[in-house]
Amino acid sequence: MFDIERWQEIFDTIRKNKLRTFLTGLSVASGIFILVILLGFGEGFRNGIAHEFEQDAATSVWVWPGATTKKYKGLNPGRNIQLTNVNYEFASKLLEDDIQFKSPRIFVRDVSVTYGNEALVYQVQGISSQFQFIENARMSKGRFLNHQDETNRAKVAVIGKKIADDVFTDIDNPVGEFIKISGLPFKIIGVFNETEDREEERIYIPVTTAQSTFNGGDKVNNLGFTLPPSDNFEEVVAKSIKFKNSLQSYLQQAHTVAPDDTNAIFVWSAMEEAKRYYSLTDNIALFFWFVGICTIIAGVVGVSNIMLIVVRERTKEIGIRKALGAKPWSIVGMILHESIFITSISGFAGLIFSMGLLEFVGPHIEVDYIMNPSVNFTVAISTVFVLVLAGAVAGFFPAWRAANIHTIDALRDE
Amino acid sequence: MIEIKDLHKSYKMGSNSLHVLKGLNFSIDEGELVAIMGSSGSGKSTLLNILGMLDEADSGSYTLDGVPIKDLNETKAAKYRNKFLGFVFQSFNLINYKSAMENVALPLYYQKVPRKEREEKALKYLAQVGLKEWATHLPNELSGGQKQRVAIARAMAAEPKVLLADEPTGALDSKTSYEVMDLIQNINDKGNTILVVTHEEDIAHMCKRIVHLKDGVIVEDKKVEQVRAAQYVK
Repeated sequence: MFDIERWQEIFDTIRKNKLRTFLTGLSVASGIFILVILLGFGEGFRNGIAHEFEQDAATSVWVWPGATTKKYKGLNPGRNIQLTNVNYEFASKLLEDDIQFKSPRIFVRDVSVTYGNEALVYQVQGISSQFQFIENARMSKGRFLNHQDETNRAKVAVIGKKIADDVFTDIDNPVGEFIKISGLPFKIIGVFNETEDREEERIYIPVTTAQSTFNGGDKVNNLGFTLPPSDNFEEVVAKSIKFKNSLQSYLQQAHTVAPDDTNAIFVWSAMEEAKRYYSLTDNIALFFWFVGICTIIAGVVGVSNIMLIVVRERTKEIGIRKALGAKPWSIVGMILHESIFITSISGFAGLIFSMGLLEFVGPHIEVDYIMNPSVNFTVAISTVFVLVLAGAVAGFFPAWRAANIHTIDALRDE
Repeated sequence: MIEIKDLHKSYKMGSNSLHVLKGLNFSIDEGELVAIMGSSGSGKSTLLNILGMLDEADSGSYTLDGVPIKDLNETKAAKYRNKFLGFVFQSFNLINYKSAMENVALPLYYQKVPRKEREEKALKYLAQVGLKEWATHLPNELSGGQKQRVAIARAMAAEPKVLLADEPTGALDSKTSYEVMDLIQNINDKGNTILVVTHEEDIAHMCKRIVHLKDGVIVEDKKVEQVRAAQYVK
């Protein structure tokens, strides 16, 4: 291995057989290249899906009402369900131990919003302070609504960043400005960021203010909850399914809905959805691995094939070398040394090229569900070693056979 | 230098056995230039292969420079070949991607001679065959005669005890053949032992002794008046 004479001999051979070297190298390099790119996109797909779920708290559970479709306890189907404060408070009490954050939500409809003379066409939603954590909203300026705002029924509002950018173009900081909702002045106390633009087009006001000032009564539109996160994915999924079921059955009882009427009250759990997607990405990752391994096998077969041809082509040369006093092992060593050298160099070339591509192009890929494709370096480097090893093993047998052909037969080879 | 006793060799061809060498006895002293003659099928190539340790006899003994050659495996044979023998083939057998000098230096590589020394020696032997200017050329840039001279230089580079030439002029026209024989005679004049297998009378008569093989036995073994090839060259 560290025999400098052998290295010189091999470099001579490589230098003078450029095409053969190039073809061997190309098949190895392209095998590695394809595998790394595939694995990279598998990872990118995973990242993309994970990103889609970062938008809201991963453990969130949402409730929204619909209309009954089944006759139950003398009530006709087609009845609209209306959630109330009582439902919210009772559910919060009932499932207190499982809840991390909670908030009701009211859509304030049919109101005009103005800033100075400008009419704003944005949603107004009444929510409570913990809503920030359910939606994963981050404050870029000011603060979110707090408990005091709720109890005081304060006329304050938090606006999305997009509104701040679109409407308050003349001033740096919209915090402290007033907007009018149905003619009533609301002071802006904060600006929030969201991962999705659509969710930045909202104006949040305290739920109590919304109920007393606009809609009246104790009606709410949605209930939002999050469960405490845990490192154990399966455990959280199981918990959130249990939570979802108890919440649903409580609400069904409270509103006299048939237990099997799925359209009256919808309860949606992010974890359950996430599980579905994660098992999808697992399958996709598996598929990419499968394709990748097939590619590697094809690469190994390619390398073995080339080794067979190389040895075949060099039979006469081997005969000459043996006639001049080369021992069989030195012949095997020479061929393997050369092939390992070429496969390693080209394997790493393919690795560096594909990793470079992922590194530079990867972050610029902006397609839904694909984000920042990248590959685990250890995995990539081990595939190179596997390929080199396989090439060596595949090359060994023809080399050994060739080295043991009778010298006269080898010399006779044309 | 070479001594063989009662050498037998047969080849199995399916169920038949072809008895090629039927008990050969002869010896060659140091400094001899021997031609082995015979028509095709006479066993002369088989004999040369056995002498060259490219093949092994079924029975009989073979002693080379006092060393009994027996129980050969590939590794041992390779060692002996490298140490004792130089080969010149009818089809030259140069490695086509190596230059003339690198071809000549190759046996020295297997003797573990350092690179610098290899190249110096190779150039020295190329100069002896008159091809110093062609050192960097590839075999396919050389004529047949030049190729054979490179092959002879290569065989000599390892400084072997015996030079074995298998139809060295078989692929050459007569003028080039004489040039090659002239070279072989010159090498022999310096005291090297040389064995030439040929089926050409004139080439055989340029040696000092002719061993005639027919159907696997020596029918004639005589010393001859050497015809100098130099007179035909120029």
